[in-house]
Parts: sequence; structure tokens; C-alpha cells
Amino acid sequence: MSGREAGLSLHRLRVVFGDFVAVDDLSVELVPGESFGIVGESGSGKSTVLRAICGLVPLAAGRVRLTGAADASAPGSKTFRRQVQMVFQDPYASLHPRQTVDRLLAEPLAIHGIDQGDEREARIERALDEVGLGQGLRFRYPHQLSGGQRQRIAIARALILEPQLLLLDEPTSALDASVQAEVLNLLEALRERRGLSFLMVSHDLAVVTHLCQRLMVMQRGRAVEFVAAADLAVGQVRDEYTRSLMQASAGFRRKAA
Amino acid sequence: MNEPLLEVENLRVAYPGREGGFTEVVRGVSFMLGRERLGIVGESGSGKSQTGRAILGLTAPGGRVRADRLHFAGLDLLAITARQRRDLRGGRIAMVLQDPKFSLNPVMPIGEQIVETLRAHRRVSRRAARERALEALAAVQIDDPERVYALHAHEVSGGMGQRAMIAMMLIAEPELLIADEPTSALDVTVQLQVLAILDKLVAERGMGLIFISHDLRLVSSFCDRVLVMYAGRVVEEVAATELQRARHPYTQGLLNCLPQLGSARHPLPTLDRRPEWAL
Repeated sequence: MSGREAGLSLHRLRVVFGDFVAVDDLSVELVPGESFGIVGESGSGKSTVLRAICGLVPLAAGRVRLTGAADASAPGSKTFRRQVQMVFQDPYASLHPRQTVDRLLAEPLAIHGIDQGDEREARIERALDEVGLGQGLRFRYPHQLSGGQRQRIAIARALILEPQLLLLDEPTSALDASVQAEVLNLLEALRERRGLSFLMVSHDLAVVTHLCQRLMVMQRGRAVEFVAAADLAVGQVRDEYTRSLMQASAGFRRKAA
Repeated sequence: MNEPLLEVENLRVAYPGREGGFTEVVRGVSFMLGRERLGIVGESGSGKSQTGRAILGLTAPGGRVRADRLHFAGLDLLAITARQRRDLRGGRIAMVLQDPKFSLNPVMPIGEQIVETLRAHRRVSRRAARERALEALAAVQIDDPERVYALHAHEVSGGMGQRAMIAMMLIAEPELLIADEPTSALDVTVQLQVLAILDKLVAERGMGLIFISHDLRLVSSFCDRVLVMYAGRVVEEVAATELQRARHPYTQGLLNCLPQLGSARHPLPTLDRRPEWAL
């Protein structure tokens, strides 16, 4: 790993939909090379934060900035989009059903003008190798792949532009427990190999603490707690809401009658 | 234990393949169910949902269901008429599906769907049915039943929708409830609330429950007994309390692959699926 890692600075973000404030006064600093998690229930605004970073929803106030090696690129610019890529929750919905894997992976290359013969071939082959899929899947359609394979394709598509920061929106929650382990291992290996920074959203505390060093707990659009994964693992949390999330992830317990 | 509620012996479900011939997706599943909570666990494609659907008679058209014995409370499910089968469904046997976004009717208020279910199975007046529906909504801990009664599926959250779904499934007071991934589409905190409601109602009414899920830990914390399925077969049956002593490597694999708070394992152990398990 060299000094190529990108960090991210979110300063007082605010996102509104009509009268509804989805994200309110949220500030986060991501150290270059860090893996950072956002936890919260549905509607807490955690996915909206990711969408606001990559420009899928407009900001009402606040500033998004890349730091570290990539600090020159302004949000929304082509270089920013090359450095920041997103993986969505549901691989059944995020891959175009009528495009082959080859076409899906070639799309970002075409957008960024890297579609000349040899480079295109080499990048697609490398992306498939990196996510542990064989070249044999290259001309299949998404419906011919399993859920785990589809999510690997979605990760390959995000990696093909060689970004420095990956935004992961519940990357494993549509997958079986056994497949989830494989995808988590893949993400971890990729991060190590490429020196990526992660910003990952999940409602599953165990998944986030597995992959991230630090995390933020969100409730109703606000950050209620920042905690290191190691502290959370031993139960050192301050906020009541964080504690209830911890209990929830421990599984169902029958109340004594 | 008295007479079992459900007897399944050598259940086989098959679907036609492209070149004629049938592919079996459930290959000889046998179990008995009393008034207890049984979990069925396996990965996608293991045949767990197909087992549940075959019991209800909801196998997709073209599918072939065979069994040496498929009896519900003394009734031979494979011999009765389609009409009798329909009367059972939603009445004495009910099913809760994974995602309320898809299992609720999008163009009918939630309350009316509950009334419809009740009136399909019990002779009650419209007014009494409405009362019962409101009670059912209150029983699944919905604070303002009157308001929710008039809402459509898209106007409620996932947890609320799933509670309404449970209310609907329980209104005809079934003897057997099949819950197919009832909480997988929900947040962890909401999952627990929904499970607690389900657990309470099952216990109070003395129903049999089949809980289908891919999450072995969740199932074992909820059920008395767990069947572990792989490639259409039951590879192991364990009592939920004995889970740590499960012998089959597939069961152990399913248990170990989940990340856990407080025990860092990098990388996570993954399942090493062996072809001989499918034999």
C-alpha cells in the first residue's frame, strides 16, 4: 500500500425530501484507507448519506470532499466518480436484466473512455478474476447467476474503474448466511490488496463490526454515537439505542413467563 | 404426545426440465409435527420453501408433488379435492411469507384484506368481521388499529406490514402456521418484535409452527427442533438446545459462517460444499 488511499470528509450534511429531513447536520471524517460503518434501522437516513455522497440525491446543505491522495476531485466531476464507486443492496435489482456480464462490466469503461480493445479486455478479465469468478460467466445474463455470483459482479463493476473509495449499501443483506461469509471475505481481501477505503451501511451490527474499524450509529437522520468496532465488540457503548441494536443482533430470546 | 398434526413421509417435489424429464427439488423429506415449533433451515435452493409450499398445495403449476404420506390432522392432503384443499388454506393451515410488500394486496386496504380472509373461512357478519379484524391488529401490537385498518400496503413500514400479515394469517385461528422467512425483509430490531409477537400467539393458541429460514442461529433460538436441509434432503435433525453438538459438517458450517459480535475471525470460515452431502 502506498499513499494512494483516499479519505472522505463530510461536513454538516443535510438532505431533505419535501418537509422531511432525512439527514440532519451530519459530519464524518474518514481517514485514508479506513473502513467505516454506518448502522441504523430503516428510515434512519443511512443509505441516503451514501446516495448524497455520490450525487444520487441533492444536498440541501453541507459539503462532501475527498481527502488524501484524491483530494483534488470535486464531487460530481468525472474524476470523483472514478474514485468513488457504489455497490447496492440487491444484486437482483442493480444489474440490468438484459445485459450480459460482459456488457455490464464494459459500461463504466465506455463512460470513462477506457473502451479501447486491449485495455477493455484486460480490465474485464482482471475484474472477474479479482472477485473469484471464472471467465466462463462472462457472457451469461444476471438471471443465469446465483445471488452470490450477482453480488460479485456488482462488486466487479464497482472495481473496474479502480476506485479508491467504495460505498457499500447493505452489500450482503440480500444473501444467504453462507454466501454472506464469502462476500465479506472477498471485500476484506480486496480492501487489503488494493488499499481501498470503505464506507459501509448495514443494519446488522455483527457484519459492520466484522468489516469496519469504526462505526457511526444513526437514528432519525442524526448520528447518535461514534464507536470503535473493538469497543463495541466488548460492549463499551454509551447510547441506549446502540445497546438495543446490540441486543437485537444477539438473536431472539424468549422472555421468562 | 397425542396424534401428530402433520405427517410427512418421503415427500418429493419435482419440476419439468427443458428436455422433458423432471428435476427433483425436494427429495424424500420425512417428518412429523405436533403442536410444537419446528425450524427448517438451509441455503437458497435447498428445497425448504418448496417443502412448505407442498404442504399448503401451493407448488407452482407444472410441479409434481409425491409422497408416501402427507396427512394433516388425519386428512390425506394428496387425496382430497382442490376445493377441500382451498378450505384448509388460510383456514386451518396458514402461511406467512417473506416480504409484506409483495404478499399484501396493493390495491385493497389492509383491514379489508383481513376481513376477506376471515369471511372466506367463517360465517360472520361484516360488522363482526370488522371488529375481529381490529382485535387482530391490536393483538399484533399495532397501536392504532382503526388507522391501520384503512391504510394500503405501500403506506405502512415493513414491520407494520408483516404484523398485519400475521394478523391476517391468524384470524381464522389455524392449527398450523407455516412461516417462510417471516423476518428476513425486516430490520434487526423489528425482527425481534415480530418474532416475539409470533412466539406469544403460537404459544397462547397452541398452534403448530413450521419456521423456514436460512438463519440457523435465529431459528434455533426460536424453535424446539430444527431440520437442516441440503440439496432437497434433510441432512440432520437436531434439538435446538443441542445445536452446538450438531454433527453434520454442513450444519456446523452454517453455524460458523456468521460474523459475531465480540469474536473476530478473519477471514470468516466459509462452507466447503461437498458433493457427497447431496447423495
